[in-house]
Amino acid sequence: MMAEYSAFSLLANALKGNKDWKPAWRKPDPKASYDVIIIGGGGHGLATAYYLAKEHGITNVAVLEKGWLGSGNVGRNTTAVRSNYLLPANTRFYEHSMKMWEGLSHELNYNVMFSQRGCLNLAHTPAQFDDYARRGNAMRHLGVDAELMTPAQIKRLIPALDFSSDARFPVVGGLMQRRAGTARHDAVAWGYARGADRRGVDIIENCEVTGFLRDGDRVTGVTTSRGDIRAKKVAVAVAGSTGRVMRLAGIETMPIESHVLQAFVTESLKPFIDTVVTFGMGHFYMSQSDKGGLVYGGDIDGYNSYAQRGNLPIVDEVMSEMLALFPGLARVRMLRSWGGVCDMSMDGSPIITTGPLPGMYLNCGWCYGGFKATPASGWTFAWTIAKDEPHDFNAPFTLDRFHRGLVIDDKGQGANPRLH
Amino acid sequence: MLITCPYCGPRDVIEFTYQGDGNRERPDPASQNFEAWNAYVYDRLNPAGDHNEIWQHSGGCRAHLRVVRNTLTHEISSVAFVRGDHGSAARRKAEDKP
Repeated sequence: MMAEYSAFSLLANALKGNKDWKPAWRKPDPKASYDVIIIGGGGHGLATAYYLAKEHGITNVAVLEKGWLGSGNVGRNTTAVRSNYLLPANTRFYEHSMKMWEGLSHELNYNVMFSQRGCLNLAHTPAQFDDYARRGNAMRHLGVDAELMTPAQIKRLIPALDFSSDARFPVVGGLMQRRAGTARHDAVAWGYARGADRRGVDIIENCEVTGFLRDGDRVTGVTTSRGDIRAKKVAVAVAGSTGRVMRLAGIETMPIESHVLQAFVTESLKPFIDTVVTFGMGHFYMSQSDKGGLVYGGDIDGYNSYAQRGNLPIVDEVMSEMLALFPGLARVRMLRSWGGVCDMSMDGSPIITTGPLPGMYLNCGWCYGGFKATPASGWTFAWTIAKDEPHDFNAPFTLDRFHRGLVIDDKGQGANPRLH
Repeated sequence: MLITCPYCGPRDVIEFTYQGDGNRERPDPASQNFEAWNAYVYDRLNPAGDHNEIWQHSGGCRAHLRVVRNTLTHEISSVAFVRGDHGSAARRKAEDKP
């Protein structure tokens, strides 16, 4: 396939008044049946469709999206991409994702603005620094880059951090993953959508799934706000709505709770920070967008919620954490805040699996780490759908691992989703 | 979000600690039914709508409260002491039946 976007096509279209660009994806009506239906037109659903078509030659595919494309978490996250996990199952999976990110703009012929500006976890106590050394060693053991940084090195990297003698939480060091960074989240959705569309996938927006068609236990299709659609295979990739959609299939309980996570962006500033930084004494992370706004967030609100908005206590907490690290930001104005619904799993790790019903495939449990997983999630989910068995990368991420004692709890937090 | 504690009246949510899903039924401690224990620890109803949940007024009277809160709107429709339940999930269930 010839590159649709190139310096030449930009120039040629500019000379012709930009009248000849094709829409990035069609707006087809749903057909009566498909080989595969993917419920959820977010990053993971679109990536799954793309890799089904590209890697497995399955192009008779529909992606059903309740709202508009990318209206959920793929457009609501804080865009950080990293693979700095402790446990091997997570490290291998997220490092595979990282490697895919490194070639993604080229792969999609769509600039996802992946910027490997690094991700620095700050340590504020010697014990925490030791813990980061352990995590860094675990990462390096599996071939992932990690380096410990001293306060002097950190001060050169992020001069705006509070290094004064009366800092509330002094910085004693940090763990840096240089290959980590950020990407433009909307472009990821649009790039995968266009790539899937050009390979024949139907992306159907404003199409809400209202139920499942069944033949005994087997799932044979879906009922939607735009009519019944049959399919040999039905894949579910709906993140925060997992509980609602699975209930439509008669599955009442899942090892998942839906929680709301808020995020924030400030007015545009001149270049202030050129990496992603995380606070070690609370839950806070921040980077600066190319437009200049500081993009940041903290903990989930901490109670079950399907509302895409949160409450003030977390706003207050996140701002306090920001000022503990960067006192100089006290008078910067916050421009926007928003919320997204996260599918918090019982061990903090995702689920990418066949089942739980025949004819069904399930991708969920991303907690608040789904964005960075998008390429590998789509790639492994497509593999699982095409071959009816998991790839090595997602084999540990089963649904039944909780009842079998095989949880993957990177944080060692136990079955308490609000703490993951 | 305000929670109206039966002792203390309406208080800001920051005074409360969320203790999660109130629908779970803890098996008898002597039970060796692993499936029931697994379900208790890991499985959640996670409804979109009214959710029966436990909060503690940890920054106030420290009572444990059973709260019914709508997960779509965050609206709270009832607050009661957990201790009124006497931990009898079976009885609660029986009373819920019309």
